[in-house]
Amino acid sequence: MSVILFLEQALNGVQFGLMLFLLAAGLTLVFGIMDMINLAHGSLYMIGAYFMASFVQMTGSFWLGLPLALIATAVLGAALEMSLLRRLYGRDHLTQVLATFAVILIANEAVRIAWGSQPIMLNPPAGLTGPVALPGGLQYASYRLLIIGVGIAVALALFLLVTKTKVGMLVRAGASNREMATAMGVDIKRLFTAVFAVGAALCALAGAMLGPILAVQVGMGENILILAFVVIVIGGIGSIRGAFVGSLLVGIVDTGGRAFLPMLFSAFLPPQLASAAGPAVASVLIYVLMAGVLYFRPQGLFPARG
Amino acid sequence: MTRALLVFGVLAIFPLTMQAMDSLFYVSLASRILIYAIAATSLNLVLGYGGMVSFGHAAFFGAGAFVVGILAVEGVRSAWIAWPVAMAVAALAALVIGALSLRTRGVYFIMITLAFAQMMYYIFVSLKTYGGDDGLSMPARSTLGMGANLRNDLAWYYLVLAILAAALYGLHRLTRSRFGRVIDAIRENEARAEAIGFPVFRYKLACFVIAGAVGGLAGALIANQSNYVSPSLLHWIQSGTLMIMVILGGVGTLWGGLIGAAVLLGLEHLIADYRIGWLAALAPNYQDHAGLAVGAVLLAIVLVAPEGIAGLFRRRRHA
Repeated sequence: MSVILFLEQALNGVQFGLMLFLLAAGLTLVFGIMDMINLAHGSLYMIGAYFMASFVQMTGSFWLGLPLALIATAVLGAALEMSLLRRLYGRDHLTQVLATFAVILIANEAVRIAWGSQPIMLNPPAGLTGPVALPGGLQYASYRLLIIGVGIAVALALFLLVTKTKVGMLVRAGASNREMATAMGVDIKRLFTAVFAVGAALCALAGAMLGPILAVQVGMGENILILAFVVIVIGGIGSIRGAFVGSLLVGIVDTGGRAFLPMLFSAFLPPQLASAAGPAVASVLIYVLMAGVLYFRPQGLFPARG
Repeated sequence: MTRALLVFGVLAIFPLTMQAMDSLFYVSLASRILIYAIAATSLNLVLGYGGMVSFGHAAFFGAGAFVVGILAVEGVRSAWIAWPVAMAVAALAALVIGALSLRTRGVYFIMITLAFAQMMYYIFVSLKTYGGDDGLSMPARSTLGMGANLRNDLAWYYLVLAILAAALYGLHRLTRSRFGRVIDAIRENEARAEAIGFPVFRYKLACFVIAGAVGGLAGALIANQSNYVSPSLLHWIQSGTLMIMVILGGVGTLWGGLIGAAVLLGLEHLIADYRIGWLAALAPNYQDHAGLAVGAVLLAIVLVAPEGIAGLFRRRRHA
């Protein structure tokens, strides 16, 4: 196992983890503040990616399309919150699952009607299509480096927003004890619409940034949604810091497992068994991680509720 | 009792009328609905009666289907062997998953059952010998002996109907037994049940395992229904669909699973099969987008009938 390969996979893991964080951050706040299971979070990710595809085509520029896609998805998210999700806060988890599952079905069909069933490939912005040389002789895709940069910048901004500003204080108060925050005069309703809109924009950012790497297609939200749930359960529901640590953990474990487990297995297993067991164990790894975390720390790594 | 006789009377006559009208396709659709009804009913035992919101029931459904599929490929076609093995494997899976998951509560239980189901999904996807991603085709339906030919769609329908009847009767008896009362008590107030001295964990685990075994049986049937086992039977969307059926039909009601399966699957096919003139004039391809209507109906039910469809016909919660 060479150092270069190891570095490359580590970077891939961080990149995937940061994108997961964009989804998990919104999800964990929705979950933490309103105690609401929102399965439709993945649909916002999908719709964000489709908006991106259309706006890039319309404007002819990646950098013009991106903010438009974020704004459009944020507006859509706020509209969804005010029209439907708001009615679900007081209801039990089962009802929330039913209603947001319905939203997934509707969103998938709406996307199929608007954009068709064929997957769309996005292109990375001009000038970022090739690899760059990193110290140590590693050739790494420049677009992936951009994703890492954007992910770190957003995570930092979000962290500052949540820990250093008044709005962030209200969000934290809401996540740790909603009734108490309401009693102290916080307008949870309006705060929450805002949180939801920001969460939607972050979803769109993840969808738009991952568009050139993964295909933009119907159903893309369902798989990543489960990963985001795994992340927030590992990190502790309602905690931004937990979502960040959990995302990186899941991103690195998942990417690393897929890259290195098959190699590891072929070292001491017969090739036929290794080629079957490697990928299987690699895909299962993050769920094992989650089960392990829940077993030893049932509230996640950084519980938000004291 | 009269209600049960009425429902099963209608279900028993249904294929004969269809045969008279020469539309046997609907018999096949109806058997599919009844199989999903069995799966949803087994989930309802855990979710509705036991109060354990399991988001991984597809694990047992899919495991049962794969056991039957794999055994069929390996030459074991007798239903008397394959189906009990499917139930046993599903029960064993439920025992392991339940023993680990039932230590957690609330949302964490939902997520950990989901995680285990996803693990099973990836394990079966990686079984390249048995289809992997592409799924597994079975050479033929299981054989029952005693002169029954399960390849005949009518015979198959009646067998499935009989199993559903047995499952519903079993659920009815179970919920009225001592065991069922304890499960009721645990759902209503776990701490109190524990304080009275019931081994709460063991009761919940037993409930989880019974549901897993019946879910495995439903899986064995769905594999036979289409002679094909897809790994998507284990995907979390499948768990979600079963859960939707239960919530739609009525959580913790005897008929909830059947109603939910009939409404959800029936609605999908209704939209695909009947062309409504004025709607088609507005949107020619509307039938390709059944999900839109299904989603809209689900939303309407959430907002109008919070206790599911069975709740509309019932004055108060089952006593």
